[in-house]
Amino acid sequence: MSLSAKDKAAVKGFLAKMKSRSDEIGTESLSRMLVVYPQTKSYFAHWKDLSPGSAPVRKHGITIMNGIYEAAEKIDELPGGLLTLSELHAFMLRIDPVNFKIFTHCMLVVLCMFFPEDFTPSIHRAIDKFLAQVALALAEKYR
Amino acid sequence: MVEWTDSEREYINTIFSTLDYDDIGPKALARCLIVYPWTQRYFGGFGNLYNADAIMANPMIAAHGTKILHGMDRALKNMDDIKNTYATLSELHSEKLHVDPDNFRLLADCLTVVIAGKMTVKEFTPDMQAAWRKFLSVVVSALGRQYH
Repeated sequence: MSLSAKDKAAVKGFLAKMKSRSDEIGTESLSRMLVVYPQTKSYFAHWKDLSPGSAPVRKHGITIMNGIYEAAEKIDELPGGLLTLSELHAFMLRIDPVNFKIFTHCMLVVLCMFFPEDFTPSIHRAIDKFLAQVALALAEKYR
Repeated sequence: MVEWTDSEREYINTIFSTLDYDDIGPKALARCLIVYPWTQRYFGGFGNLYNADAIMANPMIAAHGTKILHGMDRALKNMDDIKNTYATLSELHSEKLHVDPDNFRLLADCLTVVIAGKMTVKEFTPDMQAAWRKFLSVVVSALGRQYH
């Protein structure tokens, strides 16, 4: 399900809007994932505080958002174009790819909450497609 | 049997009490058909599904969306036995409608997004979302249960 030119334009346009609340989006998405899908906490046993909005959650939410912006810049090279992040996820983090879908869903919920007028079904589709491509890029080197 | 805490029951009841079925139902179904276009395979007789605007304006889809949400009402009213409440409905979806049960999950996800869009971040808290997700998982599971 590769991205059409229209999808890419929609993604870039919406991501520009997201920048105004970027940190909040990252923090809220990750916070929700950890609460709504508690099995995902298994990847963060080394954090002191996994509660919504905690310092490590906020910091990591921002890291993830930066990764998403990087992916948007390389939108024409997905799924293969995120070499460093792919290697990081394949050899170090080894997050089961099912969790990328889970995180994506939490982000979509947050985006609709924050941008109820702008997050139309068409935009939702484009963002979902984009995040699926990002997930494929992250899992690129898994095996 | 599924165990529900008091706070989970309260969260789920709160969500349902805020829902305008005639608004949310149509929006959720339309969004599902737009975001996951392969789900349109089940709606061949529903008229114009040509593009997002057509889907969102389609009165048959809207009516069906409302119907689905009223169907979920039954789960709300029978939270302690959703499995049996939905036995006939599950059979219907399997034997007559031949719907791939994964579609229930897709619709549930779209419903969650639409509901989130109607609430603020302080209203639709992570704990509320967790309770809602649990409720939808039980609904989805019950609907898939009679497939063989």
